[in-house]
Amino acid sequence: MDSIMDIRNLNLWYGDHKVLHDISVSLPKNQITALIGPSGCGKSTFLKTLNRMNDLVEGVKITGDVLYNGEDIYDPKLDVTWLRKHIGMVFQKPNPFPMSIYDNIAYGPRVHGITSKVKLDAIVEKSLKDAAIWTEVKDRLNKPALGLSGGQQQRICIARALAVEPDILLMDESTSALDPISTSKIEELALELKKKYTVIMVTHNMQQAVRISDYCAFFLLGDLIEFNKTEDMFSMPKDKRTEDYITGRSG
Amino acid sequence: MIEGKVNGKGAMALDASAMGHSASLSRRTLWNYGATALIWGSAILTCLLLAFLMGYIFYRGIPYLSVDLLTSQSSYVRQTVGILPNLLNTLYIIIVAMVIVLPLGIGAAVYLTEYAANKKLVSMIEFATEALTGIPSIIFGLAGMVLFIEMFGIKQGILAGGLTLVMMILPVIIRTTQESLKTVPAAYREGSLAMGSSKWHMIRTVVLPNAVDGIVTGCILSVGRIVGESAALLFTVGFGLIINDFFTALESSSATLTVALYVYASERGETGVAFAIAVILMSLTLLLNIAANLSAKKLKKS
Ligand SMILES: Nc1ncnc2c1ncn2[C@@H]1O[C@H](COP(=O)(O)OP(=O)(O)OP(=O)(O)O)[C@@H](O)[C@H]1O
Ligand SMILES: [Mg+2]
Repeated sequence: MDSIMDIRNLNLWYGDHKVLHDISVSLPKNQITALIGPSGCGKSTFLKTLNRMNDLVEGVKITGDVLYNGEDIYDPKLDVTWLRKHIGMVFQKPNPFPMSIYDNIAYGPRVHGITSKVKLDAIVEKSLKDAAIWTEVKDRLNKPALGLSGGQQQRICIARALAVEPDILLMDESTSALDPISTSKIEELALELKKKYTVIMVTHNMQQAVRISDYCAFFLLGDLIEFNKTEDMFSMPKDKRTEDYITGRSG
Repeated sequence: MIEGKVNGKGAMALDASAMGHSASLSRRTLWNYGATALIWGSAILTCLLLAFLMGYIFYRGIPYLSVDLLTSQSSYVRQTVGILPNLLNTLYIIIVAMVIVLPLGIGAAVYLTEYAANKKLVSMIEFATEALTGIPSIIFGLAGMVLFIEMFGIKQGILAGGLTLVMMILPVIIRTTQESLKTVPAAYREGSLAMGSSKWHMIRTVVLPNAVDGIVTGCILSVGRIVGESAALLFTVGFGLIINDFFTALESSSATLTVALYVYASERGETGVAFAIAVILMSLTLLLNIAANLSAKKLKKS
């Protein structure tokens, strides 16, 4: 397995509250990795250390290394804009900006300096196609994105993230606010995306983890208990606590 | 027999409780009626007062309103009375005050809500701005006179008056802008930063556009305050009733509509003109209030 991110002895505190304990793991390239674990165990926190969205939290302290293709992303000289161009993020609740569908998708490319209308048009079309929503919105690109349904909005957010051609897509429970049909659309999409991208997703839904992830990481109270191929973890968990959680006896 | 007694007791108890119930009910309905009557009474009184005030002012002022009044200036030599200079001065002072206060106020609000790291300092400044909004405007007038005219040596006129208004309105603009910045959902900010935006790019592209409704409403209300303000200007703009171009007016005595109202009513005894100005002022402030309401609603929708 080729790894794209290597996390070494990662510890994280919010103020005095230690939330991540000495996490070491390598995340595989072009695979879907699911992060599972009970509420409050630090999944979102871990995910946000990968694109440095934790920088926004006041009083956060981080030790250890997070390497992206061998490069330390917490190096003070590192350009966060560059990092976030390569590591995109989709949030739990769809959060398209209150602007047109087109401007939503073109937002990232514009941040990174693309202004040519021809180029932007092409990017918008390609991203919307990649996010499997092109046919639904191609006639209303100039309409506000907030006029779409929740499932459509989430796919707009995925398209927005894809528009800057990231390497990695982080998804934090990105289907939890959606109906089953939208959810399965986004799951299919994730399976499609892993050909080109690496997907790291937080999910509370064990079936979803089994259905689409290749690797799975189980967190408990800030510890990474187990990391393994999903089928192996679910068929023969190595740790008793993992077994209790995935069989529903705890959590 | 026994059964009957029990029944009898039960019936009595029931009766008594029903009586108690109806007594408390009637007391409550009485109270309700009283309160309702009181509320209606004061509402009607307020409306009547407003209607009387407006009616009286329009009754006294409208006969004096004419195209001539609005398009000429007062002159003892030619025996004319006109308020064109004052209309212009009001416009000038709006321009001066808003041009200065907008960048200052919006900039300060953006800095305070988005950048300032020292939360204690921010809450102190917020407390100060809040306190400033409660100070009687005549005190701003006094401070403006001492500061701009006596200390900085600016001549009485639109500039000194405008700067005085800036002091008065700045806290309002800062507050309304801050309020509307705070209503912009965190999800937009996160979304923007996660795309790699710099902080300033995020503010420019998702925060300010979504706060614009509050800012516009704050501006319109501020213009309303400028139009209606008199006390803060009495010492600073001067009583001049002569027409000036914008740049001359900055440093020559130039009465705005409100100050002119004072001059005509108390110094010249021309109450008719004063009432005509009152009509204009009331209509303008009413219009500005309606505009503020409309803009708040319309911008919220889109
Ligand atoms: N901004 C913050 N400041 C302080 N503490 C925080 C912050 N965000 C999260 N925490 C705490 O860190 C711990 C981990 O939170 P996190 O959101 O990472 O959990 P999670 O596994 O994603 O939970 P969930 O499944 O409910 O989303 C929790 O105890 C939470 O209270
Ligand atoms: Mg979470």
